[in-house]
Amino acid sequence: MTNSIADIHEADVMLLIGSNTTEAHPVIGIEVVRLLKEGKTLIVADPRKIDLARRAHLHLQLRPGTNVALLNGMMRHILDKGLEDMEFIESRTENYEAFRDSIMSTTVEEAAEITGVPAEDIKKAAELYATCNNANILYAMGITQFHTGTNNVLAVANLSMVTGNIGRRGTGVNPLRGQNNVQGACDMGGLPDVFSGYQKVDDPAAIAKMEEAWGVTLEDRQKGKTIMEMMRAIDDGEIRALYVMGENPIISDPDQKHVEESLSKVDFLVVQDIFFTETCEYADVVLPACTSVEKEGTFTNTERRVQRVRAALEPREGTKPDWEIVQLLATRMGADWSLKGPEDLMTEINQVTPQYGGITYRRLDAKSEQRTPDVVFEETDSCGLQWPCPDEDHSGTPVLHAGRFSRGNGFFSAVEYKKPIEEVSDEYPMILTTGRELVHYHTGTMSRQAPGLNALVPDARLEINPDDARDLGIKHGERVRLTSRRGSIEPFAWVTDRVSPGLVFMPFHFAEAPANRLTVQTFDPISKIPELKVAAVRLEAMNGGSADAGAESKETSV
Amino acid sequence: MAVAPETGERTLTLTVDGQEVKAAPGDTILTVCRRMGIDIPTLCYDERMEPYGGCRMCLVEVEGARGPVPACAAVIGDGMSVTTMSDKIFKLRKFVIELLLSNHPLDCPVCEAAGDCRLQDYAWEYDVNMTPWGWHPKDFETRDDHPNVARNPNRCINCGRCVRICRDVMGIGCWGFTNRGYETIIDTPYNLPLEQVGCVSCGQCVSACPVGALTHKRSRHDARIWQTDKTDTVCPYCGVGCEFTVQTFRDRLVRVTTEPGQGVNNGNLCVKGRFGMEFVNSPDRLTTPMVRNEDGNLVPTTWDVALDRIEQNFKRIKEEAGGKAFAGLASAKCTNEENYLFQKFMRGVIGTNNVDHCARL
Repeated sequence: MTNSIADIHEADVMLLIGSNTTEAHPVIGIEVVRLLKEGKTLIVADPRKIDLARRAHLHLQLRPGTNVALLNGMMRHILDKGLEDMEFIESRTENYEAFRDSIMSTTVEEAAEITGVPAEDIKKAAELYATCNNANILYAMGITQFHTGTNNVLAVANLSMVTGNIGRRGTGVNPLRGQNNVQGACDMGGLPDVFSGYQKVDDPAAIAKMEEAWGVTLEDRQKGKTIMEMMRAIDDGEIRALYVMGENPIISDPDQKHVEESLSKVDFLVVQDIFFTETCEYADVVLPACTSVEKEGTFTNTERRVQRVRAALEPREGTKPDWEIVQLLATRMGADWSLKGPEDLMTEINQVTPQYGGITYRRLDAKSEQRTPDVVFEETDSCGLQWPCPDEDHSGTPVLHAGRFSRGNGFFSAVEYKKPIEEVSDEYPMILTTGRELVHYHTGTMSRQAPGLNALVPDARLEINPDDARDLGIKHGERVRLTSRRGSIEPFAWVTDRVSPGLVFMPFHFAEAPANRLTVQTFDPISKIPELKVAAVRLEAMNGGSADAGAESKETSV
Repeated sequence: MAVAPETGERTLTLTVDGQEVKAAPGDTILTVCRRMGIDIPTLCYDERMEPYGGCRMCLVEVEGARGPVPACAAVIGDGMSVTTMSDKIFKLRKFVIELLLSNHPLDCPVCEAAGDCRLQDYAWEYDVNMTPWGWHPKDFETRDDHPNVARNPNRCINCGRCVRICRDVMGIGCWGFTNRGYETIIDTPYNLPLEQVGCVSCGQCVSACPVGALTHKRSRHDARIWQTDKTDTVCPYCGVGCEFTVQTFRDRLVRVTTEPGQGVNNGNLCVKGRFGMEFVNSPDRLTTPMVRNEDGNLVPTTWDVALDRIEQNFKRIKEEAGGKAFAGLASAKCTNEENYLFQKFMRGVIGTNNVDHCARL
């Protein structure tokens, strides 16, 4: 996020796009509700009638995969009405002319045609967003998980820049990161192209710096492969050993059948986890790790806040913290490491990672101890430090790009709408979109082992519109068969008008009915994110259909 | 009155228990007193919500006022003089507790909230005469069918914190007051099951309840609050990064709690954070390394054997095909330190930049 959780509610208008906040990030959802209660304006752009769409001032119910068309349509109207912030554009950005030309080549009517959102609503949303003092954008994987994910993000950034809504409290471009430490894993170099702090692995200066700090000569000086590319390289025999620490690609990755084939083929697979996951089935060696409740360390949240994780329990007998396991393996492979614990590691991180230079355990622990009962949410700076925090005298950065973008000027990119990979056909007449639900989490490794959560939602639910259910003879609560070009699964039917006719939705948390058996593997050429949000599918009733099909559920979604 | 030189904002001056103090316009007597370290008892007050002024435990004396005022709701004025404790205030607060006890079950020995109950604490602190006006315990029956939230309406003191947190913070409104007077009960609309009234199972109502009316159902007989160790840490579910307190007893996680003001979440949590941490205790946890044997089955083994197996195979593949034949998946669930070390291992020891994790998934 360019901004902080605490300033979300300070926006006058919020555009929430591709984020089911109250389910996927429920405590940030509280802040969206707070904004509503304070009389601010909420615009939700989502193919589903999610909880916040029902509460919003305006719901733009776009077709899945048409984000760029919607955003460009909004920007066209902003330019037509002269609502752009020329002062900001001239002083803080570049490449505006090319961007302007590309926007002027589209029309609001075209956007309406592509997205299915009435032109009047697109115009209204544009005016609301562009004419208030502070507008922010919250987005999540409903923007990124497309083969055009990068373009979608650029279009979001364009909208924010063309109206000057960045660099102040209550504004910004705010992606909500899905997992507890996905931000930190990226910051720490858990990516193929960067060391910690986003220092490029093919930059000679960065290579020299790391070689000196680590006391090694780096063998590989080129960008590595992403998960999806790894799976293909396994097929080609190029990658022969895979080491998986706390991930479950069988459930989380698209096109499950292909991942299964790749993991069966790989010469040697090591999986390290807290439970025997679906991925462990394919392992040559399984190593038992301990949970975060048994570890010391730090996590970095979606607003770049680095926070202390503290051990409440000793590691379960037989298990070890992941860092210790990695060190044991490194020693076996000839490294001479003698780290005593995570704090030693943080000291090393401080030295080689500019953004984390001043983030020490001493400061983080001291801050937690200062907490008073009177800290209110706006002033919540009682815990952690937000990077960039280059040195020990720096108090962290709640708002990015204030006064200056990190690259200097903000760059406008001309982006055009591209269709999703799959469209409906006679054989696959419906669209499946996937995502998260409130009660379960990611591949279910933790949440499916929590009895309090399984008691609430024991199984995979497929959201089906009542009209479709009636036409197909499907009754609420019954098992159904859902098939794409890649496979078939049997979730149970949840008949609800949250989805429009022709669209079905299901979360990917459930191994019994894994949504990713059906999803598309084609990925964005730049970010390498797969198109998990659009797949063409066929839905069928089992047992030949039901007489009282189509009746909606009386229960709320949880 | 004064003006802060750095911000130009007006500050007000008041006297609390003879001590002069400066505060900002809009501050309440309670927040000023808490900053000064003066303890004022509250039942219905919760920092996450607007003051309610219902329980009358926070009554204080203000010079010139016609009667005692509730410190939680009273906004300060310039030149105000406040007395937080006197014989009169002590008696008033004691009276409030005695009234509340007159229809309270007095079942502290079997109450899940014992040791974590404001009513119990204040009854002791104000040395109450228990039930000088007779004892007429309530005898309500209600649904108690939520898997995580235990309900006991007879212990309810009608402070309304559950009603308000669900309505004002969550924007839902599962709870409301039903009936009047002694018959007042907090219930769902038409006594419907929680799952039919929009409940998202966040347990915010449990976190707000100052007594034993709404409690954690699943940890009921695990450990008393005074037996547990408490550790502040960060939730391992989504990317919001909520801080919570893990209560443990011996080698088990008992429950997760928060306090208003805690973390970026300000003491708020969702269903996963509050009720989803029991996986830590699961008997199905991996507790021993496993290796694939000659028959192709994974069998339990020792750490040494497992690490030997990895060493042999890693060295073999490295020799045959070099570092680029390796790939590693770091983890969005592991700590920063572990992810840093993992990429250092893959790049610096194994010799490959094939490092990724499920950032896109």
